[in-house]
Amino acid sequence: MLDKMIIGRYVPANSLMHKMDPRAKLLLVFLFVCVVFLANNVVSYGLLAVFTILLISLSKIPLRYLYNGLKPIFFLIVFTFLLHILFTKEGELLFEYGWFEIYEGGLIQGFFISIRFTLLILVTSLLTLTTSPISITDGMEELLGPLKKWKMPVHELALMMSIALRFIPTLMEETEKIMKAQTARGVDFSSGPIKDRVKSIVPLLVPLFVSSFKRAEELATAMESRGYRGGEGRTKYRQLNWKTSDSLLMVSIGVLTVMLFLLRS
Amino acid sequence: MVKKLVSLNNIVFKYEGQSRNALDDVSFDIHQGEWLAIVGHNGSGKSTLAKLLNGLQFANSGTITINDQLLTEESVWDVRQKIGMVFQNPDNQFVGTTVQDDVAFGLENAGVSQQVMVERVHGALNKVKMNAFLNQEPHHLSGGQKQRVAIAGVIALQPDIIILDEATSMLDPRGREEVLETVRELKQENEITVISITHDLEEAAKADRMIVMNQGRLYREGSPQDIFELEEELIALGLDIPFSVKLTKELQKNGVRVVDGHLTEEELVKDLCELHSMM
Repeated sequence: MLDKMIIGRYVPANSLMHKMDPRAKLLLVFLFVCVVFLANNVVSYGLLAVFTILLISLSKIPLRYLYNGLKPIFFLIVFTFLLHILFTKEGELLFEYGWFEIYEGGLIQGFFISIRFTLLILVTSLLTLTTSPISITDGMEELLGPLKKWKMPVHELALMMSIALRFIPTLMEETEKIMKAQTARGVDFSSGPIKDRVKSIVPLLVPLFVSSFKRAEELATAMESRGYRGGEGRTKYRQLNWKTSDSLLMVSIGVLTVMLFLLRS
Repeated sequence: MVKKLVSLNNIVFKYEGQSRNALDDVSFDIHQGEWLAIVGHNGSGKSTLAKLLNGLQFANSGTITINDQLLTEESVWDVRQKIGMVFQNPDNQFVGTTVQDDVAFGLENAGVSQQVMVERVHGALNKVKMNAFLNQEPHHLSGGQKQRVAIAGVIALQPDIIILDEATSMLDPRGREEVLETVRELKQENEITVISITHDLEEAAKADRMIVMNQGRLYREGSPQDIFELEEELIALGLDIPFSVKLTKELQKNGVRVVDGHLTEEELVKDLCELHSMM
């Protein structure tokens, strides 16, 4: 069960993308998601695609993983493509059969949207594939740091996230244990109609909830006894360091943005 | 004369909504550098005692002084720097996502600078022999290893006192021995005072001094030898006596001339072998 669910699907490797500062990668993804919407013709989409392929080649991530990331939204891509073909009635009429008409504009628009989707998914999964969840948390905490001035509980959110990440495997093991215990008592999790299967989750969730609350209480006590009293005056063990390569990454996304502005029609 | 490190004076404590006092007029001292075992059956107040010592709960009346400092709500953060606590469940006290993050947690709270932190984390992990597991995640560790990481997290803060609150009760015999051995070594090297709250009497037998708690009251205080002499009384309190003590008593009843005062199995075995060779 543990092997099947790898949160964030982080793939450890020693590549340039892996070594980047998580802050740089987060910013890159954020900016990329914004500038993707600037592209509106073949050249600009081509440029985005080249940029994405460049990032992928820097990450040394096996394509299989990226394909796995794309699989769940494949349906969505095809669906939007079809929607555009059916409902965008611009340009030349290419094909007609009764009420079914395909226009040139619809075809082009459908293609562009599909590419946009694919690129977005590729770049965001590149972030989670090359950055461990805890580094992403650290990066977020640093990037959102200025918001503390407006009373945003940035440190608390980051701690919450890191504790959640730390307890995922523990709770999974526990779920498995409770499942076995309930199976031994005659609960059937794997067969029967949907209604029965949903019902059988109740004897799984209740003990899991009870024990999670107990864990939370004990963890809070342990944290307090180790001197935890909020983010004030706390130092950080994990240090992020911004390197030249990170600045270069930022420059490259800047250049990309400028070029998109020039190339879009 | 050994220095008094901790003294409790007439502590009374009641949990909200309960009619009986969890601790009722408890007073005793803890000396520097000793290993004190506090035993008692469930609900005898021994874990409550640990919580009071660390300021996780405050007494209704009575005072606790630690290193000449009165434990109050103001001084509690200083006191927590001096007292490290290891709890029962190895999973529920592991805060960090990896071993080194967890050891660093206490140091981060104390505001220690990053360079010093790295040094202390590595030092502490070396001492508990977990330095090979720096980047390991908790679910890949055994219970004993997790408890050793917890101990590393405590000693990284360089405390005067370590409280083991049933820290070995959820471990298998091997894990238990690992953890106790680690604490024993640390105690010798760094002159740390150890308070171990336990119902494992084999563990308590190796302490310098024992305190027996019953119904929130201090029932008896003394060396393990004195305490195990009580035999029947202990059993009446819902406690047991170590196997070696039991065996000695039985052997004596049957006319074998074994000397009293074996608290561990090894001692008894050694003595029995000597006896055998004399026959």
